[in-house]
Amino acid sequence: MTKTPILQIDNLHAGVEGKEILKGLTLTIHAGDVHALMGLNGSGKSTLAAILAGRDGYEVSKGTVTYMGHDLLDMDPEVRAREGVFLAFQYPVEIPGVNSTYFLKAALNEIRKHRGQSELDAIDFLALVREKMKLLELGEDLLKRSVNSGFSGGEKKRAEIFQMAVLDPILAILDETDSGLDIDALKTVAEGVNKLRRPDSAQLVITHYQRLLNYIVPDHVHVMADGRIVKSGDKSLALELESKGYDWILKSS
Amino acid sequence: MSTSTDTIESLVKQDYKYGFVTDVESESAPPGLNEDIIRLISTKKQEPQWLTDWRLKSYRHWLTLKEPQWQFVKYPPVDFQDITYYSAPKQKDDAPKSLDEVDPKLLETYEKLGIPLRERARLAGVAVDAVFDSVSVGTTYREDLAKQGIIFCSFSEAVREHPDMVRKYLGSVVPYTDNYYAALNSAVFSDGSFCYIPKGVRCPMELSTYFRINAAKSGQFERTLIIADDHASVSYLEGCTAPMRDENQLHAAVVELVALEGSEIKYSTVQNWYPGDEQGRGGIYNFVTKRGLCKGRNSRITWTQVETGSAITWKYPSCILLGDGSKGEFYSVAVVNNRQQADTGTKMIHIGKNTRSTIVSKGISAGHGQNSYRGLVEIRQSAENARNFSQCDSMLIGNSCGAHTFPYIEVKNTTASVEHEASTSKIGEDQIFYCNSRGLETQDAVNMIVNGFCKEVFKELPMEFAVEAQKLLGVSLEGSVG
Repeated sequence: MTKTPILQIDNLHAGVEGKEILKGLTLTIHAGDVHALMGLNGSGKSTLAAILAGRDGYEVSKGTVTYMGHDLLDMDPEVRAREGVFLAFQYPVEIPGVNSTYFLKAALNEIRKHRGQSELDAIDFLALVREKMKLLELGEDLLKRSVNSGFSGGEKKRAEIFQMAVLDPILAILDETDSGLDIDALKTVAEGVNKLRRPDSAQLVITHYQRLLNYIVPDHVHVMADGRIVKSGDKSLALELESKGYDWILKSS
Repeated sequence: MSTSTDTIESLVKQDYKYGFVTDVESESAPPGLNEDIIRLISTKKQEPQWLTDWRLKSYRHWLTLKEPQWQFVKYPPVDFQDITYYSAPKQKDDAPKSLDEVDPKLLETYEKLGIPLRERARLAGVAVDAVFDSVSVGTTYREDLAKQGIIFCSFSEAVREHPDMVRKYLGSVVPYTDNYYAALNSAVFSDGSFCYIPKGVRCPMELSTYFRINAAKSGQFERTLIIADDHASVSYLEGCTAPMRDENQLHAAVVELVALEGSEIKYSTVQNWYPGDEQGRGGIYNFVTKRGLCKGRNSRITWTQVETGSAITWKYPSCILLGDGSKGEFYSVAVVNNRQQADTGTKMIHIGKNTRSTIVSKGISAGHGQNSYRGLVEIRQSAENARNFSQCDSMLIGNSCGAHTFPYIEVKNTTASVEHEASTSKIGEDQIFYCNSRGLETQDAVNMIVNGFCKEVFKELPMEFAVEAQKLLGVSLEGSVG
């Protein structure tokens, strides 16, 4: 069966300040699938996430990225977001004085406008928020605080997934969402992510450790090294990495 | 993709939407300053002898002073002989008896500025005194206010109709000997607003003055005097704009507030004088002395200012906390973009027992702007149990601007408690990208971040003003991030 892929990365070469970090990365993600991208520090995982979300400062020298049939690299970051790309940040940014609810409502309404939907008013928005909050066992006080300001590491990560729940993306990229989480927080976050799985959307879970993949079970696992995917497999690959480490792959690649 | 530094540094000019010139015939004194000019101003305004003498005393004192150099701003020396000290829209007959007699072109100007001077004033519930160049052109709502004994009129009228009160309080908070520009203002001030709230009266509406410099090469030297009698309260708003001109114009005002026992004065300013162009040509020099005296027990003065305009802003709205248990508050947002410079802050002088002061200052610098906070907290020996809390936060947008903090703290009583917090942050590519990645445009993101930064100050503004201030901030920083 052939489906139109949500994301198609073909031979992507990219870097920063003349230094090449991605060296011919190819990856295709179909609707309904969860992909895990693993690899050592410095292998280019977070660079890929940044380029997909449209962060400034990266030069793409070669290759293409097609999202829902369109050239993703041609879109401004806010347009990508409105088209359904969501990046859960490894280090969510604090914005003091900007109320979390206000921020999220503004974001959602930009996305809705883009999709030709009517903007939500405060009452409808709050109803939506309450429903999504249950998914992540978040306290309402979080919404009254400024965006990520003074949040603990765990709160920040949960807040990211909460934003994901509200914005309802087609392609969610989770950049090391597990880092800095204790086991209970990890479980909550993972359960939240699992509840957000849908047949018409996809997730790209970037992680260093197999631990997260006990809870978010991937359909595909890829191992990155030196800017390329060197091995792909199913979830058993992650377990194999856990027991054997990365060395055997790096040697054989 | 461009690098992050490029994006944040590409500063684009903002449009100053108040930059129009009104074509009204005006009557001006020849440029230059001497005793004859001062006598002319005094005569034009039919002032009593004591006031003429006071002006002359001020002028003679001013001659002995040197222009101050200590402030952290740079500008070529001002040629005081090249300034016109008196410019008034020409009246067909004498002064207008009512608003209907005011030159329609003037009213049009104020309408363009969005000032509800006529019937709209009634709807908006704001009483407005509008000062055009040097002359007050109309005060709305006077009759309604008069029923409660509130006096709200132009300074010239106050001199004519309430001379005793003016004589008693004029210069009582800011003496003509205070500083260079206060001395100059005392010599040449042309008009301004006067307000008196009688005992026990809470002023039922916001009072407001709008200042406008129209004539070229003219300076504006207005004087505001507000007196709140025992247990009275008033909220006063001040707004300012000017046309776009290539040369610099001087605005040297004096504001004096007197709060008697248990009274409250809230003075809010949205200052949007023409800031000059991207290269720093033109714009207003805003050298203003503002001071409030908490004279009575448990009186309270609050200064809230949003400063987005002027080529140079140089002012320190201050409180002298004389009465026991009096409170002084200062909330400020100062924005500099392009080549603007600001050296602003406050002075809190604690003299009475159990006096309290709060300072919250937010400085935002973009482009090549330079923003300094300068503040003095002085606890005199007599001030038992004085408390101060100061918070100074600076935000930088781009790499070519600067933020500076000069706090001065003098404590002469050991029971005092003084707290000072300061922070500097840079509006990061990270914050902007984070907002982008959630679907928000860069300009919206900057507005959101900056407004978040200023939140503590905006919540002190009267509601309509807070909305205005937020919009103004957006306009001032438009294009500050590419």
